[in-house]
Amino acid sequence: MITRADVEHGALLARLELNEEEKELYTRQLGKILEYAAVLQQLDTTDIPPTAHVLPLYNVFREDRVSGHLPVEEVLANAPDREGNYFRVPRII
Amino acid sequence: MELCDLPAHQLSKLLRDRKVSAEEICRSVLQRIDEIEEKTRAYITLDGENALEQARRVDRRLREGADLPPLAGIPVAVKDNICTKGLRTTCASKILADFIPPYNATVIERLAAVDAVIIGKTNMDEFAMGSSTENSGFFPTRNPWDYSRVPGGSSGGSAAAVAAGETIYALGSDTGGSIRQPAAFCGVVGMKPTYGAVSRYGLVAFASSLDQIGPLTKDVTDCALVLNAIAGYDPRDSTSAPGEKTDYTRFLKEDIRGLRIGIPREYLGEGLDDGVRRVVEKACAVLEDAGAEIAETSLPHSAYALPTYYLIAPAEASSNLARYDGVRYGYRARDAKDVVDMFKKTRSRGFGAEVKRRIMLGTYALSAGYYDAFYLKALRVRTLIKRDFDEALATFDALLSPTTPTPAFLLGEKIDDPLKMYLSDIFTLAINLAGLPAISIPGGFVDGLPVGVQFIGKPFAEGTLLRVAYAFEKRTGYTSRRPGLGR
Repeated sequence: MITRADVEHGALLARLELNEEEKELYTRQLGKILEYAAVLQQLDTTDIPPTAHVLPLYNVFREDRVSGHLPVEEVLANAPDREGNYFRVPRII
Repeated sequence: MELCDLPAHQLSKLLRDRKVSAEEICRSVLQRIDEIEEKTRAYITLDGENALEQARRVDRRLREGADLPPLAGIPVAVKDNICTKGLRTTCASKILADFIPPYNATVIERLAAVDAVIIGKTNMDEFAMGSSTENSGFFPTRNPWDYSRVPGGSSGGSAAAVAAGETIYALGSDTGGSIRQPAAFCGVVGMKPTYGAVSRYGLVAFASSLDQIGPLTKDVTDCALVLNAIAGYDPRDSTSAPGEKTDYTRFLKEDIRGLRIGIPREYLGEGLDDGVRRVVEKACAVLEDAGAEIAETSLPHSAYALPTYYLIAPAEASSNLARYDGVRYGYRARDAKDVVDMFKKTRSRGFGAEVKRRIMLGTYALSAGYYDAFYLKALRVRTLIKRDFDEALATFDALLSPTTPTPAFLLGEKIDDPLKMYLSDIFTLAINLAGLPAISIPGGFVDGLPVGVQFIGKPFAEGTLLRVAYAFEKRTGYTSRRPGLGR
């Protein structure tokens, strides 16, 4: 059901680099899990609404006012690389 | 028994009566850690010096005559996916191995407000994905009742630490059974509160519609005390349920006469260990003797809970874990040729096998062409599962089931077969899909290993669960047993 090409496409979307061994392993294991999940297709859910979360909460509003925030130095304290007050990354283009 | 083997409420009384100091309690816990931590490996990070300092601060205030809350001066261990300001929080992942949070989770601020003493951060399956703590990116934790067995997971470090006296109580998180299953395997009390009852602010997200923080304690009274401290509305969590604060200790009553308890027949079917079945049957008899009305009920869609869960949870995880890209915090691969290459190398080296498997599964279930067939289908079946519980709980005050199909299994027994591992959560994960509260409490032993029974309640009926668990505890006494620790 799930092919090696599916796994390679999924890895691309998820920004994962898989070696040959992992591609083979995940094709097999995900195949087994999805085969098991196919049991859901037995149920007729035509008129059943989806439940994304269980609380009867929809929008939560608050007043739009400035509140506390972390100092820049604390925000950048865990940065693998920085330049001034910015996160620094390898070249993009 | 040492001080570290006592529940918080007993220690609190000793503290108030000036029979012991908070420093002595803390030293007792640290000494136990010194003795057995190399066998259990329950902790990723220990914070003993700060814990002692905090304990001495509590002692000073008690000497000055301050009236402190019940958990003041009592040691607590915190699962390593709950952010602690200035104290390394790793999620047991190499990708966060050196992450020092710049802020506290709401539950940590609430523990600080009651003068709790944080001993350290406990081991877990990486990003809470697993049922044995073998998926920790650092090392596995072992079950204090039998070191060749797993403590369960994902909150395995928290459960093992509570059982072994390496803390008095602990916080865990539960997305599909991650508090209740390890509580059952380690012979302690574990509660997953109703979705929205405890703030998730500062809990590293795994599956946001299922995750919930809860207590792991030595007995039911402690469970109520910890819930008192951590539950309640938090404006910083948009899924936090509004409502007044409750004093959960008022539900600790032995009288359960007339309480109606349903036994879902699907939870006693095939694959259930005979010993576990006998424990559940005995639990029914105990509760019936206590005056509860027990009757069989049905949750017809039970068989669909596992596949539903293993589409929804990975889908949410694949989205939540997109943030680990090596840009703002955490591990970064240094040998990348451009930014996309950096994302890929960072994530591939930083995440362990199970995390990658679930990201792949979730990405697939959400991807174009498969979204309707897998993810949306699972959300619709989730509705059916929730309705089953709504119907059963319209007739019954609570449901009773085993927490797990077997007692703790051996290290390595299931690690190569993901599906087999997932099946150890078969009795717990539907409750997260339905958002309900549930508690696991020691219900007996099979071949010297603890077995948990689970009570499931209506939304925000934690009080009913505490009441029935307390009555059960008073009539059985299993929560006062401690492991021999091979000493």
